[in-house]
Amino acid sequence: MNGLQISYFEASARKRLSELVDAGSLVEFCPPEMRQTSPHLAMLDAPLAFDDGVVTGRASLSGHKVLVAAQEGRFNGGAVGEVHGAKIRGLLDRALSERPTAVLLLIDSGGVRLHEANAGLIAISEIMRAVLRVQAAGIPVFALVGGSCGAFGGMGIVTRLCTEVVMSEQGRLGLSGPEVIETVKGVEEFDSRDRALVWRITGGKLRRALGEATLLVDDLIPAFRTAAVSLIERYRAHPPVPADLDELLGVQAELTERSARFAAARDGREIWANTFAEASRVPEMTVAEFNIQLGEAA
Amino acid sequence: MEQFTLTLPSAAIPQNVTSATLCGVVSSGNLEILVEPAATSDACRIVVNTSAHGFRDIWEAVLKDFARRHSVGGLSLSINDAGATPAVVSLRLDQAFETCRGELA
Repeated sequence: MNGLQISYFEASARKRLSELVDAGSLVEFCPPEMRQTSPHLAMLDAPLAFDDGVVTGRASLSGHKVLVAAQEGRFNGGAVGEVHGAKIRGLLDRALSERPTAVLLLIDSGGVRLHEANAGLIAISEIMRAVLRVQAAGIPVFALVGGSCGAFGGMGIVTRLCTEVVMSEQGRLGLSGPEVIETVKGVEEFDSRDRALVWRITGGKLRRALGEATLLVDDLIPAFRTAAVSLIERYRAHPPVPADLDELLGVQAELTERSARFAAARDGREIWANTFAEASRVPEMTVAEFNIQLGEAA
Repeated sequence: MEQFTLTLPSAAIPQNVTSATLCGVVSSGNLEILVEPAATSDACRIVVNTSAHGFRDIWEAVLKDFARRHSVGGLSLSINDAGATPAVVSLRLDQAFETCRGELA
């Protein structure tokens, strides 16, 4: 199979992981044969997955030791249940003792698994704290977002807690998903069936323009791999330093100013217009063209 | 969920399968199959967990066909199904068989 042509969006979590890391290097934690399945789904008589929808393990990436987790968006929308969340949190805790070069989170999730209610919410909060602990220990955590479920709800927050966020245009990032916003606020607020609008608002190209994604790559597994390798090498030279209070207050002021500046914006095009000469052309641009124009304008 | 276990006679798998492999994803109209080595070399043990109730006859027909077409003695298959059609099940079984023999990565 020609590795260069594998779409990250289309691939399963296992496929993404096996093509992302060095061939044959993945050693899985809590593998499917351990059958660590969800007791909540079993109680509801719902279908189970042997890995509870997330693959976790240790691997090498361009020779560097990494810990990795990949969510399977096609199993219950990649939603985080108790076991699923414990696997990710356990992986992050393990990073503190194993000290890998980086932790990679291949996020593809709508957020909390509603079937598991509080257990899922607690799991997400544990993941958030663990992500911060790992970074405070000087180990970078990279989020890779390019799956069909994107990164929403609690996993959207987890994504933004990460040291760097790599996205494809197909990837999406947000808090409430478009369907939720439409249900709560009405179709005038957000037409979730207007797919082009959904991507102009939640997709990788807007998130990159706003700085919420730190790299935009093509929807190909090798493109995500190349980005992850370059980040690992950058952070090996300069490990992450926890932000101090002044820095956080500065970011808060910037976000407040941004929120006021774009208060009336209804579409990604109005935000691209600040950076790109032809904002209406942004959705058609190749990733290379987008990145060049973003670099020139910055 | 409906659960049942079948033990089907089949010729011994020629390769030595030592590790477990997983194929497919549990999503609507799809299924996952976990293949593991088992002690009985002349039979294949299959555990089915399916969200579609009342289709055991069709499952048995598809699984017997699989055990007849391939030498799968010495394998244990565990299936989590979310309403896959018989054709999808059959293709996924073939994929699982090829993957556990190292033919597909």
